[in-house]
Amino acid sequence: MIGTIVRRLLSMLPVMGVVAVCVFLLLHLAPGDPAAIIAGENVSPENIARIRAQLGLDQPVWRQFLVWVGSLLTGDLGQSMFWGDSVTSLIGQRAEPTISLAFTTVMVAVFLAIGLGVLAAACAGTLVDRLVMGFAVMGFSVPVFVVGYLLIFVFAINLKWLPVQGYTPISEGVAPWLRNLVLPSIALGMAYVALIARITRTTMLDVLAEDYMRTAKAKGVAMRPMLFRHALKNAAVPIATVVGNGVALLIGGVVITETVFNIPGVGRLVVDAIARRDYPIIQGVIMVFSGVYVLVNLLVDLSYTFLDPRIRD
Amino acid sequence: MTLRRFGRRNPTIVIGALLLLLVTAAAIAAPLIAGDPLLITPVDRLLPPSEKYWLGTDHLGRDVYARAVFGARISLLVGVAVAAVSVVVGLGIGLAAGYWRQVDAVVMRFMDGMMAIPAILLAIALVSLNRASVFIVVVAISLPEIPRVVRLVRSVVLTVREMPYIEAAVSGGSRGRKIVIRHILPSTVAPLIVQATYIAASAILIEAGLSFLGAGVPPEIPTWGNMIASSRLFVARAPWTIFAPGTLLALVVLAVNLVGDGLRDLLDVRLARRM
Amino acid sequence: MRAGAEPILSVEDLHTHFFTQDGVTRAVDGVSFTVAAGETLGIVGESGCGKSVTALSIMRLLPPGLGRSVGGSVRFGGRDLLTLDEAEMRRIRGDRIAMVFQEPMTSLNPVLTVGEQIAEAVMIHQGKSRHDAWARAEEMLTLVRIPDAARRVGDYPHQFSGGMRQRVMIAMALSCHPQLLIADEPTTALDVTIQAQILKLMLELKGRIGAAILMITHDLGVVAETCQRVIVMYAGRKVEEASVLDLFDRPLHPYTRGLMASIPRRRPGAPRTRRLQEIPGMVPSLREPLSGCPFAPRCPLATARCTAEAPPLEQHGAGHVVACWEAGRIGVS
Repeated sequence: MIGTIVRRLLSMLPVMGVVAVCVFLLLHLAPGDPAAIIAGENVSPENIARIRAQLGLDQPVWRQFLVWVGSLLTGDLGQSMFWGDSVTSLIGQRAEPTISLAFTTVMVAVFLAIGLGVLAAACAGTLVDRLVMGFAVMGFSVPVFVVGYLLIFVFAINLKWLPVQGYTPISEGVAPWLRNLVLPSIALGMAYVALIARITRTTMLDVLAEDYMRTAKAKGVAMRPMLFRHALKNAAVPIATVVGNGVALLIGGVVITETVFNIPGVGRLVVDAIARRDYPIIQGVIMVFSGVYVLVNLLVDLSYTFLDPRIRD
Repeated sequence: MTLRRFGRRNPTIVIGALLLLLVTAAAIAAPLIAGDPLLITPVDRLLPPSEKYWLGTDHLGRDVYARAVFGARISLLVGVAVAAVSVVVGLGIGLAAGYWRQVDAVVMRFMDGMMAIPAILLAIALVSLNRASVFIVVVAISLPEIPRVVRLVRSVVLTVREMPYIEAAVSGGSRGRKIVIRHILPSTVAPLIVQATYIAASAILIEAGLSFLGAGVPPEIPTWGNMIASSRLFVARAPWTIFAPGTLLALVVLAVNLVGDGLRDLLDVRLARRM
Repeated sequence: MRAGAEPILSVEDLHTHFFTQDGVTRAVDGVSFTVAAGETLGIVGESGCGKSVTALSIMRLLPPGLGRSVGGSVRFGGRDLLTLDEAEMRRIRGDRIAMVFQEPMTSLNPVLTVGEQIAEAVMIHQGKSRHDAWARAEEMLTLVRIPDAARRVGDYPHQFSGGMRQRVMIAMALSCHPQLLIADEPTTALDVTIQAQILKLMLELKGRIGAAILMITHDLGVVAETCQRVIVMYAGRKVEEASVLDLFDRPLHPYTRGLMASIPRRRPGAPRTRRLQEIPGMVPSLREPLSGCPFAPRCPLATARCTAEAPPLEQHGAGHVVACWEAGRIGVS
């Protein structure tokens, strides 16, 4: 088992290598002089030269690449051009709100979505099924920021139930922390819930038609254990796959949600970097989020062996 | 099958297509049916919807209706362009990877890496290194979609190439390129059509998201994302400035998704995926 | 064996229909029979004759929204199963009536251990603790002769061969000592040598537990080896019923004779045929209402009367009924 985990962890390396190459190429294949673009308009040639030196653009390309990969391997994501601090520590400072938001969203979304998907499959063809699937299509279609502003408008501005914006660290108490996370989590989770609910329904419908479900019924198993013990366990692998792939959706969503709700997280860091053309921060955040995505999907891969005994052997 | 019968059997396609047709017509006819989207009328700031301003005005006194109608142009353009670019490029790479085993492993590892980069962040990086333009936005959104198309095409190729008729073609002396074009390409059409609609839907959402974040189409061009971004601070005072373009955006994406889901059922393709 | 014994199951004029977009299929069209305690009754016929649907109707396991029993009654334990609510039916399924299915490869849940799957029925119906139910599961596996049962009880279905899985199915079905075991083609998917072992096992356990068996099969060989009485079904109807000895000795329905002619091995009493014969023609569509005898289009003896008027079931000797206008003539020849 440990051997498998180590082997899979090592298999992350080539994928992350490709990510690193892509991010590197992005900077170097950009038409024109990236240093000039990053510097913005009306800057002196000295300033551009300074930026070029700071990004290492004055070095030969192969050398730049080696330096970039070498520093990545030591966890060094470079220096912010605006703050001057190391990107790694800037991301570290902003991690808590983002992790909090992602954690609450995933926890609620996965359970809610699987529940909805199972319900829809159990009631296939009925009004309940159509309502759940209708909600799922809406979840794919309404953008995060529109949901976000709608929630703010209704629940924060008009009903005044929850704070409009901002973030309270968990160290100041769980209740205020949660109050600030309710609306952003709903906005962020919509598309994720829709995605998981749909795959759950589809897979469950396939499983419910299997011979062994009839065997279970012939044994006198009741509806609920039929759905959750017998069917859902068999549907677990495709669902887990989508839970993992859907993290891509969440990462994009986090950036937008943090902007809508003014949450000082990693997403906000990168958005602020756009206007300042603080390219090292953008680079660094891409590396971190891609790493998270790859890691989550690796964990999902490993979970297959627990979810399906046939994969174990 | 008559049109009416088709509509009864596939209501989602028809509803979605009609909605899209309406929005497309409005986008094309924008100069005829709407006023100047850029005209600033400071005295008319933040007016609620009225007879003069159907959807109200924003904080600079610009007509929200006019801006929304013109904004449809960018959304539709980006949706179609991204779908076309990623399908064409992905199809080429996918056919090659599926058919010629030598390149397969390398290409697929590269695609795995590309898929790991979050679309919005890749777009942010590209846009921040280039001067913002619709072209850059299309490229930025297309890049992360390409691996999904490649995977889809490759899995079709791998299924089809095991079919007896391909073996027959091979033993009949057909050359690789001819087999791919004559025999394999047609099987990719149905799943790609569905996948293209899903890509268009997600491209419209991402474009709006990028504009909203200030990393998309330049702010002086009216797009739904830009409209919402510039009205952010006025959600309490002038909710129409946000919810008018927001509703349109959601409706258009919903329409594309309905067409996609309908086509998926109609063409019976299970391979096409949103993620 | 049969005479005088109180029936534990009595199916009376059962009608089961399937409702599809293309119309209504009368899968079971007025079938009646009884099963006595401890008896083995065979139902035999070609695929599509309604024998499996009869079994699923008794268990009320028809695909929901598609198939429904629309008429008749299924009396078991003094109640009509067709009128029970779902909760009452659940208490009977797996406890008083259990079922073994045709496909051992797909009938066991791949993500649950065989122990869990056997113990589940015991926990549901006998209210046993997890621990006790597990012990029972192990005991049942020993009973169906799975070697090293104590260890195998924690294995998953994919770790067993087809024959072993069917043993697990039997263990599961018998774990609550049912009064009736419905076996739907239990050996069809298995190798010939394993078929014989499984049939032997079923008969032996049936004796120990005192269950009756309803054996559904297309194979008259299986009937000859396991059953006391047999029903021949064709196009959703019962066309002949007799004791097994009587049936092989004196098959009265032309369809039964056709079936026997298509058995590869010679059975005691079966008509001597040099060549393996198959019955020409096809089973009629059950979508249109049938006038006349359903077998008439394929029957070598069919007359004008056969296509016009459906023959009723008539007694031809003790416990031998047949639905054929020409049965008298066949019996004499």
